[in-house]
Amino acid sequence: NSSWHNYGRMKDNLVYMASEQGDATLHFSLIWENGMLESIQVIENDKASRGGQIYATNTRGQVPPLVTTDCIIQDQGHASPRYIRCTTYCFPSSSDMAKQARIPLAAVIQPFAIVPPNETPLYVVNHGETGPIRCNRCKAYMCPFMQFIEGGRRYQCGFCSCVNDVPPFFFQHLDHIGRRVDHYERPELSLGSYEYVATLDYCRNNKPPKPPAYIFMIDVSYRNINSGLVKLICDELKTLLDKLPREEQEESSAIRVGFVTYNKVLHFFNVKSSLAQPQMMVVSDVGEVFVPLLDGFLVNFQESRSVVINLLDQIPEMFADTNESETIFAPVIQAGMEALKAAECAGKLFIFHSSLPTAEAPGKLRNRDDKKLLNTDKEKTLFQPQVNSYEALARDCVANGCCVNLFLFPNQYVDVASVGLVTMYTGGTLYKYNNFQVSLSDSNFLSDLRKDIEKTTGFDAIMRVRTSTGFRATDFFGAIYMNNTTDVEMAAVDCDKAVTVEFKHDDKLNEDSGALIQCAVLYTSISGQRRLRIHNIGLNCSSQLADVYKTCETDALINFFAKSAFKAILSQPLKIVREILVNQTAHMLACYRKNCASPSAVSQLILPDAMKVLPVYMNCLLKSCVLVARPEIPTDERAYQRQLVTSMGVADTQLFFYPQLLPLVSMLFSDSVPAAVRCSEERLSEGGAFLLADGLRVFLWLGVSAPPELIQGLFNVPSFAHISTEATSLPDLDNPFSKKLKSILEHIQSQKPYTMKLIIVKQREQSEMLFRQFLVEDKSIYGGASYVDFLCCVHKEICQLLS
Amino acid sequence: MATYLEFIQQNEERDGVRFSWNVWPSSRLEATRMVVPLACLLTPLKERLDLPPVQYEPVLCSRPTCKAVLNPLCQVDYRAKLWACNFCFQRNQFPPAYAGISEVNQPAELMPQFSTVEYIVQRGPQTPLIFLYVVDTCLEEEDLQALKESLQMSLSLLPADALVGLITFGRMVQVHELSCEGISKSYVFRGTKDLTAKQIQDMLGLSRPAVPTQQGRPLQTSEQPVISSRFLQPVHKIDMNLTDLLGELQRDPWPVTQGKRPLRSTGVALSIAVGLLEGTFPNTGARIMLFTGGPPTQGPGMVVGDELKTPIRSWHDIEKDNARFMKKATKHYETLANRTAANGHCIDIYACALDQTGLLEMKCCANLTGGHMVMGDSFNTSLFKQTFQRVFNKGFNGEFRMAFGANLDVKTSRELKIAGAIGPCISLNAKGPCVSENELGIGGTSQWKICSLDPSTTLAIYFEVVNQHNAPIPQGGRGAVQFVTQYQHSSTQKRIRVTTIARNWADAQTQLQHIEAAFDQEAAAVLMARLGVYRAESEEGPDVLRWLDRQLIRLCQKFGQYTKDDPNSFRLSESFSLYPQFMFHLRRSPFLQVFNNSPDESSYYRHHFARQDLTQSLIMIQPILYAYSFHGPPEPVLLDSSSILPDRILLMDTFFQIVIYLGETIAQWQKAGYQDMPEYENFKHLLQAPLDDAQEILQTRFPMPRYIHTEHGGSQARFLLSKVNPSQTHNNLYAWGQESGAPILTDDVSLQVFMDHLKKLAVSSAS
Repeated sequence: NSSWHNYGRMKDNLVYMASEQGDATLHFSLIWENGMLESIQVIENDKASRGGQIYATNTRGQVPPLVTTDCIIQDQGHASPRYIRCTTYCFPSSSDMAKQARIPLAAVIQPFAIVPPNETPLYVVNHGETGPIRCNRCKAYMCPFMQFIEGGRRYQCGFCSCVNDVPPFFFQHLDHIGRRVDHYERPELSLGSYEYVATLDYCRNNKPPKPPAYIFMIDVSYRNINSGLVKLICDELKTLLDKLPREEQEESSAIRVGFVTYNKVLHFFNVKSSLAQPQMMVVSDVGEVFVPLLDGFLVNFQESRSVVINLLDQIPEMFADTNESETIFAPVIQAGMEALKAAECAGKLFIFHSSLPTAEAPGKLRNRDDKKLLNTDKEKTLFQPQVNSYEALARDCVANGCCVNLFLFPNQYVDVASVGLVTMYTGGTLYKYNNFQVSLSDSNFLSDLRKDIEKTTGFDAIMRVRTSTGFRATDFFGAIYMNNTTDVEMAAVDCDKAVTVEFKHDDKLNEDSGALIQCAVLYTSISGQRRLRIHNIGLNCSSQLADVYKTCETDALINFFAKSAFKAILSQPLKIVREILVNQTAHMLACYRKNCASPSAVSQLILPDAMKVLPVYMNCLLKSCVLVARPEIPTDERAYQRQLVTSMGVADTQLFFYPQLLPLVSMLFSDSVPAAVRCSEERLSEGGAFLLADGLRVFLWLGVSAPPELIQGLFNVPSFAHISTEATSLPDLDNPFSKKLKSILEHIQSQKPYTMKLIIVKQREQSEMLFRQFLVEDKSIYGGASYVDFLCCVHKEICQLLS
Repeated sequence: MATYLEFIQQNEERDGVRFSWNVWPSSRLEATRMVVPLACLLTPLKERLDLPPVQYEPVLCSRPTCKAVLNPLCQVDYRAKLWACNFCFQRNQFPPAYAGISEVNQPAELMPQFSTVEYIVQRGPQTPLIFLYVVDTCLEEEDLQALKESLQMSLSLLPADALVGLITFGRMVQVHELSCEGISKSYVFRGTKDLTAKQIQDMLGLSRPAVPTQQGRPLQTSEQPVISSRFLQPVHKIDMNLTDLLGELQRDPWPVTQGKRPLRSTGVALSIAVGLLEGTFPNTGARIMLFTGGPPTQGPGMVVGDELKTPIRSWHDIEKDNARFMKKATKHYETLANRTAANGHCIDIYACALDQTGLLEMKCCANLTGGHMVMGDSFNTSLFKQTFQRVFNKGFNGEFRMAFGANLDVKTSRELKIAGAIGPCISLNAKGPCVSENELGIGGTSQWKICSLDPSTTLAIYFEVVNQHNAPIPQGGRGAVQFVTQYQHSSTQKRIRVTTIARNWADAQTQLQHIEAAFDQEAAAVLMARLGVYRAESEEGPDVLRWLDRQLIRLCQKFGQYTKDDPNSFRLSESFSLYPQFMFHLRRSPFLQVFNNSPDESSYYRHHFARQDLTQSLIMIQPILYAYSFHGPPEPVLLDSSSILPDRILLMDTFFQIVIYLGETIAQWQKAGYQDMPEYENFKHLLQAPLDDAQEILQTRFPMPRYIHTEHGGSQARFLLSKVNPSQTHNNLYAWGQESGAPILTDDVSLQVFMDHLKKLAVSSAS
């Protein structure tokens, strides 16, 4: 091997030396030494330096710990990174600079993110009838960025600089440093995040909202009845309905529930508490669906318990001898939406559906999956809805505060791009269980359903992102609907949904005042209270590109790139989208090299410290099945993943694109919690066992010579050969191995929006093929480049750019 | 034969037929000069205790255009086994089964006393009767409760094998599935969207492989019941289930804001009922029974908007062309009625509300299909409860007094043609040689369909004499008419009733006195009244009255005896003497006068007038008044204000109302409580007598009349005062000089004035 390798560390930059071989062909390979260059190492370093500590958000433009690092966050005037995470914490001061660097300026906002119990929950500010205090000009809400002047009688808006009078009831004297005396007593003056109680002006039709409702809509066509799914759902609901979310101070949930079943027609159920038996009302006019009853459809579960239980007992029997195999879909959503509209409340639909809706009705779909379209200009149509009616339906749903949660159980193509559209636009969650079998895979589904029902959710929400002068929010990505360019409408927004907002310069930014962002979400709480949730964050501005590069946040960047790329595939061919990504990566790095790094040989690849892992992650994104067109990958799966990523937060995208690979053997044999390892085959060993999790799936990989006591402990079988890969869960065994693994799995699963499907993989067996796709640093069987190849490719691009 | 009166009565009892003329003028010209057309009132299923049905097929004339049924008027050659049709003179062979007949061994249909014969025939499989309840739920709690109880009760009255279905409506329309166990299930339809029969059947999941319909009834008995049984079930199978379902019916749950009417989708509910039966049971006896407590307020067939501040249309609005929904609604219901009639089903309307319910627009549903129309103030009244119960009354032989899907075929001898019919029927458009070009009523056909009828259902049938003056009929010639009614008996048997009648011809120029003597003035009055009422449905009121007056004057001119221009000389013979008086009361009746009646009431009155038999019709035209006093036994008295005396109790029967009126003195005695004193027991009996008589009427009549008990000066006394002839009014009270009877505060002319004018006009040489 004639190639020559060099590796060194210069200042804060990592420098890779590449040798030139032949005619300008770059051949590139690396020696990994002590894991220094692994993405894993970056994560571990951050964990080591900042993990477990208190991170106070008291400084503008401060870069928070990585999403993978556990720490306690203290709100001291800027929103916690759990709520807002930016791609860079220092904005370039001019648009020219921004264009030069081509670093996306974006914030990933997860307004309802869950905070761990050891952090303070949001304070609720109630100004009574006067409502929140807002700037007269830009309507920004009172926040730490407002500057009090004239002895506290007036304040200057930090966003638009307008000087406003302080309302008399809010007046307070200033202290010697010009700060209000009550600064620390008022959350809206001292905290980055807090809530306001909204007044009637903020309510639909100026009427106080009613508590939201959950409507369960079950596909009772032949297949679902036959597979036992309907019975499973009904049985589960009996216990789940006791766990509807409620405000902490309240005894029971204010959420009302309703039930609909459907196949080719819709069946509504009257479950009024005064009835001895539920009553079924069939609506067969699916062309113009309507709600056949008002009173008795949405009920308080506690009051109607016996009728509801009776109903849930009867539904599986009622349709036991059905032979209806055709289903409708759009009318189902329409019906749920009309029901909420008639009841004048917001709410969520839980739709349990399993087949392509082919019955004669609006939104009827045909199987249009066509592998011939792959890698053509028409490929994008596969990601677009088949008929326009779904978009109109989504608009109506959003307008009526109707969020659609969709649980899909497909055996074949169901056109996720069409049926999932309403879910996406209404802030709902899409769950998909391929080839669902009741006895095998119900635990995932049930746990998803349970979590979804219990989730903290804001209903009928409108989000507005305000910025200080000089820049503004221009693009929004997420499970949202936009009627105009500024108001982000969400029929519902739950704790896992994040909106990625891109900013552009209007003007030069002032380095002193920085770049301020205020995100206000107006929503209806689970108890039916109208509230405003405000998140504020201040970023720095600099005319030095180095400052910008120094404060970059790769995880947020990948989140942004993924969402914007997944949006772009609707209008552009995949090839172009991939090229743009590669190109932009190269551009960012080239710009850094040109402007910030010390001069070095052309063959050197120089990465800024904050972007050390960008190429790895970018390569993972490029290899994602959404962006790779291969006939082996089902179209529905791609559409599904595309939709999932669109609403993901930073932590979720990080894990999704760069799965966590944990070596089990050392973990189980000692009490230590060893670090994750690189997602590469070379890390696997015949004598090992590994867990790999990407947020949707968790693989348990077993080497052919894995320790027998481990196998015995986990599976209760004598040897490797006896392990069945059919199982979707591990047996509950009373031994330390099993218990430890269970607790590890639990830990991985915690805080994840989707219940990961457990897949057992034995080395050198067929199922290993699937597993290998997740070893993202290796060359993929679908043609994705290995990390090294990608670096090489990016380096080539950079060199071209620089020359 | 003693007198014509007896002859007429005999004929009516035997054949259920009353002719206006019982001797017929033999030429077209003379017939038109008789003013009153040659016509008859026919009660096709008149109850005959002495008529056992025969169990074979009727023998038909072999001429394809004739097909008259063998009857006693036919000439029979017993030796050659031939018979001659008395309508077309075709000579026919008897069928083989008649080989044994002779002069002494005649089949029933040849015997003179069997001018009416009923045949039971075997045709097609028998299908059970169907009762489909269509129930309004926008009712007051109390009303709904009463209605629910009535409906529950009715289940026990239905034939055990009858199929029953339930549709409820309010803002939405619900078709209830009756077969399912446990959970109650219904199909819901929007109340604002009209659907075609096909759509309805699709949505109810009834459209399965096409069933051959030329038979008119389902063939695959194995499959068809399965499809339809979800909504229509045998009573004996689901009566418990349905009783519970009815018991659980709630008021329409959709909120009704202040100042609004509830949204009531009657139009769509009926449409769905019709569509449901159309698809599943065409040409089977079926009743759609609509129970409604208010006007349709939305969707097709809406009669009034839901704003309470806009009142429902009145006659005034209609005259001013201000009833904006009327035309469209009427069209909707007419379409439904025609479809229903085409399927041989009928629609009953039971409307109970204090305000109007849209009977004007919906009337065709009952009128064209022979359904019942009942109007009351509330479902919680004995008027409704008992009337409804009487729908399921049984006749003397334990059979339901209802028959379905009748087809009336009228055949005439050559000198006659058929001008039309008026009654609860629709034309079957059967053109033929005996159909006249001149139409009276529903004409242009010799066959009519009566989808539902009972033993009292009576049709008026009008004829035209077409014999030319220059072709005299031989002496002793007789004209004949045959009525063939095929129908489904309540036992679901197919039956055919054949009535053949004959009347003598007479030359009006030489034998006018015969014709005159054979005039049936009662029948004539009713037949003319039916024509008048029929015209009133489409023409302006005053025009009809003018036409009626002109006919009366012409009749008086033709048959009166008088010296020209001398009113005092005017006399009418006995057979005409009552006729002018009938016309006087008819002019004042609610059938022709809309003043003081809502459009719904007019429709209601006219509905009943067009289907009742002669006796009841006469009561409607000229109510009966009985007087009870200490001076003697109860006696009928003149319907005149002079009959209202202080020491009398009056009982008036107007068909729709029974009024008991206590005279001034009687009322005072009653107030004083004499009836409770043992020494005045006879007074107690006097008070009781009219009550007992009223009960008797109330018990038998359908629909049950409104019962009014009032006294001198009572506000309800207006019912009596508005009916009696105002012989004493505030205008002439003092002229009469003596204090007898009660003056009526009215400007209406009295019978005396009417007669004076009539005489003057009749004798006038100017006209």
